Amino acid sequence: MFETNYDVVIIGAGPAGLAAAIEAKKVGTKKVLLVERDHALGGILQQCIHPGFGLHIFDEELTGPEYAYRFIEQIKPLGIDVLLNTMVLDIHSDDKRLYAVNRERGVCNIGYKSLVLAMGCRERTRGAIAIPGTRPAGIFTAGTAQRYINMQGYMVGREFVILGSGDIGMIMARRLTLEGAKVKAVVEIMPYLTGLTRNKVQCLDDFNIPLYLKHTITDIKGKDRVEKVTVSQVDDNFNPIKGTEWEIDCDTLLLSVGLIPENELSKKAQVKLSPITLGPIVSQRMETNVKNIFACGNVLHVNDLADNVTVESQIAGMYAGLNALGKEYKPRKITECIPGEGIRYIVPQKIEVTDEVQDISLYFRVKEPARNVTLEISSKGETIARARRQKINPGEMEKMKIKADAIDKLGDELIVSVAEVKS
Amino acid sequence: MQKTFTCLICPVGCEITVTATGDTIERIEGHECKRGIPYVTDEFLNPKRILTTTVKADGAQFPVVSVRSDKPLPKNKIFDCMEVLKKTRIKAPITMGQVVVEDILDTGVNIIVTRC
Amino acid sequence: MEIMDVVIIGAGAVGTAIARELSKYELNVLVVDKNEDVGGDASKSNSGIIHTGYDATPGTLESRLVVAANPMYDKLARELDVPFTRCGAILTAVSQEEYELLPELFRKSHENGVYDVEMLTAEQAKSLEPQISPEVKGGIYIPREGIIDPFTLVVAYAENAAMNGVKFMLSTKVIDIHLEDGRVSRVVTDIGEILTRFVINAAGLYTDEIAKMVNQCDFTVHPRKGQFYIMEKDIPYNIEKILLPVPTKHSKGKLASPTVHGNMLIGPTAEDLEDKEDYAVTAEGLEEIIESVRRLLPAASPKDSITQYCGLRPTKTPEGYKIEASEEVQGYIGVTGVRSTGVTASASIAGYVVDILADEGLELKPKVSFEPYRIGITKFNELSWKEKDELIRQNPFYGHVVCRCETVTEGQIIEAIQRPIGARSLDAIKRRLRPGTGRCQGGFCSPRIVEILARELNVPAETITKHRKGSEILTGPNRLGD
Repeated sequence: MFETNYDVVIIGAGPAGLAAAIEAKKVGTKKVLLVERDHALGGILQQCIHPGFGLHIFDEELTGPEYAYRFIEQIKPLGIDVLLNTMVLDIHSDDKRLYAVNRERGVCNIGYKSLVLAMGCRERTRGAIAIPGTRPAGIFTAGTAQRYINMQGYMVGREFVILGSGDIGMIMARRLTLEGAKVKAVVEIMPYLTGLTRNKVQCLDDFNIPLYLKHTITDIKGKDRVEKVTVSQVDDNFNPIKGTEWEIDCDTLLLSVGLIPENELSKKAQVKLSPITLGPIVSQRMETNVKNIFACGNVLHVNDLADNVTVESQIAGMYAGLNALGKEYKPRKITECIPGEGIRYIVPQKIEVTDEVQDISLYFRVKEPARNVTLEISSKGETIARARRQKINPGEMEKMKIKADAIDKLGDELIVSVAEVKS
Repeated sequence: MQKTFTCLICPVGCEITVTATGDTIERIEGHECKRGIPYVTDEFLNPKRILTTTVKADGAQFPVVSVRSDKPLPKNKIFDCMEVLKKTRIKAPITMGQVVVEDILDTGVNIIVTRC
Repeated sequence: MEIMDVVIIGAGAVGTAIARELSKYELNVLVVDKNEDVGGDASKSNSGIIHTGYDATPGTLESRLVVAANPMYDKLARELDVPFTRCGAILTAVSQEEYELLPELFRKSHENGVYDVEMLTAEQAKSLEPQISPEVKGGIYIPREGIIDPFTLVVAYAENAAMNGVKFMLSTKVIDIHLEDGRVSRVVTDIGEILTRFVINAAGLYTDEIAKMVNQCDFTVHPRKGQFYIMEKDIPYNIEKILLPVPTKHSKGKLASPTVHGNMLIGPTAEDLEDKEDYAVTAEGLEEIIESVRRLLPAASPKDSITQYCGLRPTKTPEGYKIEASEEVQGYIGVTGVRSTGVTASASIAGYVVDILADEGLELKPKVSFEPYRIGITKFNELSWKEKDELIRQNPFYGHVVCRCETVTEGQIIEAIQRPIGARSLDAIKRRLRPGTGRCQGGFCSPRIVEILARELNVPAETITKHRKGSEILTGPNRLGD
């Protein structure tokens, strides 16, 4: 067995893991290791060949692989070690050791002082949303299709229907059309677009692909290969309305119906998960309930922008590094972050008020789209921070800062809420 | 004739309608601020898009490698460019930013590699 | 051309069990199946429960065979390396009406020869299975009711039979059976003819069509659809015992059962159909399941479901197992009417059919070299870290984990492909090894498995299917190759 020890070990070398590793090194950690199951660095960015990355971090519009490269090219020069084609199978958080396997070394028993969970997420499946019908070939989640097309060089079908108006679904609509396939419809159960408007324009409108809001797929037909799907309108409770169905002939159904943080390993490490985000509960230092274990990126909560993942992961990497260097934080008080009116969830879920005085960023999602609103962070009845927004949308994560000098004002709870602007 | 565009300049996403005869724009309405005007003018007269796709890679880690146009291409040339790129092959070693097709279809735009 | 002693039509649980039994003798045996893989139709889409026969119709052949088969599984599962657990079942009464039916069911169990059942009070039921509905009035405990991996069982029967000399012809459809002087002489398939002395009709859903070929079809077979939910592994209301509903005048109810791999399953519906290929899951069926199973297991929720599937029970009219040699057509043995308890009864049907063959003149010379043990594919996930390490050093393919949800390695996938009666499709891999059954439902592993299959079988990736020709996953490379 291959046994080794590191100061900071990061599971996953996608945008989260890469940013965390670099930051850990920058605060002075000596031995940093990235453990990645794929044969190259970059994680999901490798297959996101479309532009839209880096607008905030680099002030440039980059494609996924280009964005990843900005970080990948720093790995070797910084002396960060990498294990590729290596799958972590177990974490013993009591011993601070993890077990991974790869072809070259067999079982790797790796010790850590700090562990950063950056495993990303998986896609929600047809089975998880129980679409009735047969089980033929030709049903793919969008990410799986994207991997076949953009990395393995295969085409997965000729005539498509896409369920879900999230960004992945829309981006694949464009990709498939450029590859010569026919995308006959994008079907969305919500009454609003769940992805970015920009993608609707450049991926659907550009190619005259119809979008059906407040609709869903209620049947799949085909014995060996998909032959048709049934589309139905839904009511306000998302139940199909009888009599509104029609069939679309197609040979492929692409599903873009949500991402789920991949936390099976986290559970093995005894990390406590939030039932809303399905990711670990963390403090503003991105540390989980298990000491020495940090989390960032999609494994923590599903993000829309890789740029936000980078910022959040830099925080995780920094504190993971400082933790490995022996820095201890003694919280004077713990402030629970409570989602108030109109807010679905907040990350971090708690703030540990210590001697450290620094701005703290809160990331959160709203429950419903709205225009002309005020976002407010308050505690003990007092306003801590406030911001105006022309437009908010559940599909676009919001970020607000608690300024360093406002930390004193925090009580046992802080509440983030949305309020309509009174005209 | 009339054509409606969703403006992408800011998150509001105004639906802006252009009324024109041929290439002469007569009226623009539906925008909540001035920035929408140059946006829809461009979209109406000369829409451009960044193209991202893959090309065959021989001797590389993966059978195809991701590429992009280094500048936006005229929207009406996108599918013709795809036809060119579907037949394009490059050989390892492949470097980030390397030019795969120079001045594709006389557009002044290069197609470059986007991965290492 | 070689003359077969026995041709078995159908490679489901029954057909492969008979094949294995026959492979204990010096005989030329051939199994033919229209499907691309062994597993049959009903045998690969059922609940995986090994019944005791407590609720069979007393005095019937089904009752005899199921009651006889149940105790055989400890040895059989060990010999064939098939996951099997005698978890026990609780026949659960939640209404007064159901509770009053229990004594009759208890007596019926005894009549079937299943004496080791116990009446349970509500408290006893709750103590045996804490997740059981708080409304439980009482129940009957059936300790020998068990759960098995039905896919592995059939593959194991088949592999062991093949190891011991049985030949298999898959993707081969029987289109006719020719007689000579009132005796079976040839089986005609869509790829050629097979000379044989005996034919065993173990074709499940299609036993009627085969029987018609020899004019022995005095019955009909129609499919009775059963839909199921499969649940995620780590749900808070996971059960250890099978929970069975008490059948009343109004309904048969739905069951909840643990599986050997840790995913609970709930169902099935019972819908009589005509189309023998109608494998569609319906919204109505799924709703029916949840409503009904909540009586036994109130916490059951579709939100925890990984996927849903359905199987088609081969339902013979008139009902009842009928396993006999034909008097009019010498050499033809029909194994018909096997339904719902077929996987369980396969173990005893095998011996029963071999006895019939002996009575019909088949010489049974024991094969000295018969090897009863079949070792399954390496169970990587169950090895210790040291064992995993040694294995990877010997063969690095075991160091590449392909299925993240169930921890399955490339080495195991290669085994599944290279073994006799190897996997050739994604579903065949799924049945042997689990990739595709986990939380991601193949999202992560399929692109990798498709490439491994293509490489090992030396075929283009676009020919790899989900289950058979026509169900290819890919349409082709998207950039021109060499």
